[in-house]
Amino acid sequence: MQFMLLFSRQGKLRLQKWYVPLSDSQKKKISREVIQMVLARKPKMCSFLEWRDQKIVYKRYASLYFCCAVEDQENELITLEIIHRYVELLDKYFGSVCELDIIFNFEKAYYILDEFILGGEAQETSKKIVLKAIEQADMLQEVRNTHIACLFVLVYEVTIGSFPSC
Amino acid sequence: MSDVVEKTLTALPALFDSQTGAAKITNRLRQLIKSITELTSKHEEENLIKQELSAMKEQVSSPNTTMKQMREIMVRAMYCEMLGYDASFTYIHAIKLAQQGGVLEKRVGYLAVSLFLNEGHELLLLLVNTVLKDLQSTNLIEACMALTVVAQVFPKDMIPAVLPLVEDKLSHPKEIIRRKAVLALYKFYLIAPNQVQHIHAKFRKALCDKDPGVMTSSLHIYLQLIRESPDSYKDLTGSFVTILKQVVGGKLPLDFNYHSVPAPWLQIQLLRILSLLGKEDQSTSELMYEVLDESLRRAEMNHNITYAILYECVKAVYTIHPKAELLEKAARCIGNFVLSPKINLKYLGLKALTYVVQHDAKLALQHQMTIIECLDHSDFTIKRETLELLFRITNAQNVTVIIEKMLDFLRSCNDEHTIIHLVGKVAELAEKFAPDNSWFIQTMNDVFSIGGDLLQQDVPNNFLRLLAEGSESKEEDDQLRLYAVDSYLTVLKGHTSHLPQCFLQVMSWVLGEYAHLQESVDQREVIQFLTQLLDQRSVSSETRVWILSALTKISEGQTDLILDLAESLSSSQDTVLRQQAQELRHLSQDSQLHEWALPRGAPWDSIEVAGLIVFPYYDNSSTLILEGVKRVWGKDGYLPQKEATAPLVDEPSAAVQPPGQHEAAERIESRPEPSTQNQDKQQLASSLFVGLGVGSSMSLLGKSEAPPPCFRKKPRPHESPSSSSSSSGTSERSSDSSSRNTTDSFLYGSLLEEEPATAISAFDHTPKSTTANGLAQNKDTKEDRRANTSQILGGDMVIVRPSTIQDKHPPSVSSDLTALLPADLKDLPHSDVISLTSDPSLSLSSCRLFRDEALLLVIFISNCTETVIKDVSVQLTCEELKTVSLRGNVVDCLEARSTSVCHYALLMDDPHTNVSFTGTVSYQTQPGHTNTLPFSGTLSTADFIRPLVVTTEEYGKLWLSLSHDVKQNLKLLTDAGDPLRTTLNALKDALQLHVVDIIGSEGIVACRLLSGAPCLLHCRVNGTALAMWLRSPHPALPDCILYHCQRALTHH
Repeated sequence: MQFMLLFSRQGKLRLQKWYVPLSDSQKKKISREVIQMVLARKPKMCSFLEWRDQKIVYKRYASLYFCCAVEDQENELITLEIIHRYVELLDKYFGSVCELDIIFNFEKAYYILDEFILGGEAQETSKKIVLKAIEQADMLQEVRNTHIACLFVLVYEVTIGSFPSC
Repeated sequence: MSDVVEKTLTALPALFDSQTGAAKITNRLRQLIKSITELTSKHEEENLIKQELSAMKEQVSSPNTTMKQMREIMVRAMYCEMLGYDASFTYIHAIKLAQQGGVLEKRVGYLAVSLFLNEGHELLLLLVNTVLKDLQSTNLIEACMALTVVAQVFPKDMIPAVLPLVEDKLSHPKEIIRRKAVLALYKFYLIAPNQVQHIHAKFRKALCDKDPGVMTSSLHIYLQLIRESPDSYKDLTGSFVTILKQVVGGKLPLDFNYHSVPAPWLQIQLLRILSLLGKEDQSTSELMYEVLDESLRRAEMNHNITYAILYECVKAVYTIHPKAELLEKAARCIGNFVLSPKINLKYLGLKALTYVVQHDAKLALQHQMTIIECLDHSDFTIKRETLELLFRITNAQNVTVIIEKMLDFLRSCNDEHTIIHLVGKVAELAEKFAPDNSWFIQTMNDVFSIGGDLLQQDVPNNFLRLLAEGSESKEEDDQLRLYAVDSYLTVLKGHTSHLPQCFLQVMSWVLGEYAHLQESVDQREVIQFLTQLLDQRSVSSETRVWILSALTKISEGQTDLILDLAESLSSSQDTVLRQQAQELRHLSQDSQLHEWALPRGAPWDSIEVAGLIVFPYYDNSSTLILEGVKRVWGKDGYLPQKEATAPLVDEPSAAVQPPGQHEAAERIESRPEPSTQNQDKQQLASSLFVGLGVGSSMSLLGKSEAPPPCFRKKPRPHESPSSSSSSSGTSERSSDSSSRNTTDSFLYGSLLEEEPATAISAFDHTPKSTTANGLAQNKDTKEDRRANTSQILGGDMVIVRPSTIQDKHPPSVSSDLTALLPADLKDLPHSDVISLTSDPSLSLSSCRLFRDEALLLVIFISNCTETVIKDVSVQLTCEELKTVSLRGNVVDCLEARSTSVCHYALLMDDPHTNVSFTGTVSYQTQPGHTNTLPFSGTLSTADFIRPLVVTTEEYGKLWLSLSHDVKQNLKLLTDAGDPLRTTLNALKDALQLHVVDIIGSEGIVACRLLSGAPCLLHCRVNGTALAMWLRSPHPALPDCILYHCQRALTHH
């Protein structure tokens, strides 16, 4: 996979992941071009587009377009299912995901993508395993916060004395 | 007690400040996002972001900013970058965050780094230490993050630093770590294959991992490795088949199911690997028939994912060695795709069909109505794919209809890439199959006016070359030229302002050269047309030069017109034009000089053409058209591509067509279409699919291929040998395989044995055999081919026929063994003598002799005893050199202390990187008591490579006619003054290549596989690497040679 873009019906970019090294200006040019092409497609048309020497595979979910660029020989259908699995992962993680979830938690969406696709290739296709990895990393956040609370208790115990048993 | 609790409770909020801080953090981002979505104009957004960025800039440089705040800033910076604003001042802080922060900050820092920086970014160097530290961390999450970033962006030069750590992770107890490590190594393999060469054994361990996820990840590497050299991994076929069987059989944990299909991604990956392994390899293919059948059968549920698997299955079935039963099933599958109402499936069906018609053109017949419907489909993508399919089934009979469809499509298309691509195909088909002159010229006019200045330069070049070189019959050539002149004069009579420059240039060249052929037109009129063009503003100065050149050529005798023109141009601001005007004036006044400078009838040597016909690497620039410029690549540095791309429908196709299916296709063809079908469509169908059924059935019977195109030019004396022979090669091969298909197994066997000879004639490169195997061979029958074969056999071509020469010399040390070589072989270049095996009675040594058309494997059998050894017989087998049939050779009696020499001439038909041979020698020391002594050895492709001595011009011609190419960056040997020369010499020494030429930072090198397929190498110094581009008519040869080049340079 060359890159993945998520954008809204209005053409606003919501997520971009590049698996080939490109300059910023190239990235901008490509995403503008691709967004324009995809938005111009009619609903009944097929989900694949020839673009330069590659294929664009896209699918619309509610107000959000998911779109991938793959090599010409790639199997377009399986790419379409990669997109679908990613949406399923997002859905499971956020709980019936909507565009707003992705807008406000885009870094989470990136984390999930990185667990699912690494360096342009599917890394782990089992939904359970991907989400487990994410949850483990997320847990750290909570663990640390509870650590602080524990720490407070500890400090309290030392300075004020132990909790009276009640 | 209660007040203590109260105290605690009141203190809590303050102590949890960190948490409220975190809440604040997300609020800040929320705020930003909210206010941006509320804005109405782009301008407002810009202002807001600008404010935001400057606030962030201030914050990051303040020493009081905590890591936590930094984390929050980073998220906002990512957001701004996503909106397209530059937040590059935060990049360094992203690295710091990954370096210094806690786990949470690291996570954000690493994410930001992977989003902000790409492989080449210099800041990444600062990340190396952090990654090293985290890779060693005992914290699982930290190690995961480090591996994730390594697999996404990592500076190539720093790979050696982390490689050992990543390697260690392959045996980590946690599967997630192992999986990520495998993917990181895959990434390393992609960007620096040499770095990970030594850990191939560990990949095997990953393949056998008990965790399916790790195993799946390792397949990415294997797919890549096998794509590069399938022969080295044939031994894994069984494992891949077993894995696929287990997956298809549902043996994986349910977690890996996707919409109740077991691990579809894994299945697809395996199918791809299997098709690479089974390609052109019958015995390997046989291992996978069963599991492919199973996959086709299992994938019956109506869901996208099953279709994705089916598609891959169909491709695999058509790629590997054919099996009739599977082909039939796969063909039925394609039907399901094509006929599906779902548009995505229809598209994939067309794509599959495009792939399979290369093997079996008649499959298109079964779906002709669908294809026609798709041709008029409202969806651009579908239409485009249909045209691609039609391109593959074009023949001399349907070419006009298909090209008309393509041109229609092109006229309504405004995508540059599509236009370039498709117009090139139109030109290719037109050259190959044009039914007559006027159609050809008219089509090329369309090509030039539609393709315009987007056209690849070789399209006009090929066209002009075709006109200029002509065929054997001058009359015919002049007729074509005349058509062109007439046609262009008509074009020029109309509006010319919209014509592309490239078309104008072609027209002016043709008019300049051939306007005189048209006697009914006054030359003055031509001059006027051209002069008018000069006056047009839209005409570029490069085109003006072309026009003036043309005028110079036809100016003879029209002094008055020319003088006016020269006068008006002499004040032009363009110095080139001024100079040409000057020349024009002189030439028109001095007819003798004109005759001398621009003799009629010798157009191809003229300066202008030399400028036009440059080698494709060197951009065609107008400066080259000027006088006095040295021609680097010579006049023949170019060749039309026509035959280079042999008729696609003629590909080794017929073999995959089971006879039963063929009849079915015929039946379908003859069956009357339902009356509801539109009359027009039927008509279109009959014109589109004409020739498919008949042509293939003829080839099935082993007769001639599709009728030879009536228009395509005759074999020219200076026709590139490769192009003609490669086309005849394919047709031969296909007729060969088709006949094989129809004959019984007994005949099959004998055909196989003949194959090496056939292969030689197919790829032979000497001019002599070109005349024998030239284009005329289109009509060759099988008998002719046999005749050819025997002719070659009769010649000095060595065909695997072991021979023995017994010498009475006393045995000696192995280095002297070469003295025992027969006189006619003594002068050949040879390798060192190596000992193969020995026992107390016999010792065997071998030596490789590099003959031009074969590798001679010489085996020295030395009797070490004082007694006579009887009935010595050597049996040599070599699986990979499968087209070679080897027979044992026998020495009745080997005298004491003497050595017998036997030699095998080996041919390599299909390139393999390394080939091993095994053998046994049996002998009798006492009557009735037979001893056997096994031996083995290896040969490499390098032994079968010979230098191909060509001139730069010939190289240029050949280059264009070759289809399979591979590009890769190799190590450049930089330890000497001239790295390019040093590197090429090192390669030459290792691989027997011929360095054709070195020009500046580029070098061209040529070699061939014995007397068969050539391989051309184009090397260019690219920084510290050597960008190598290989081309060959044989698909696997470039990979093989690349492999050996890589090795040669690594070991240097």
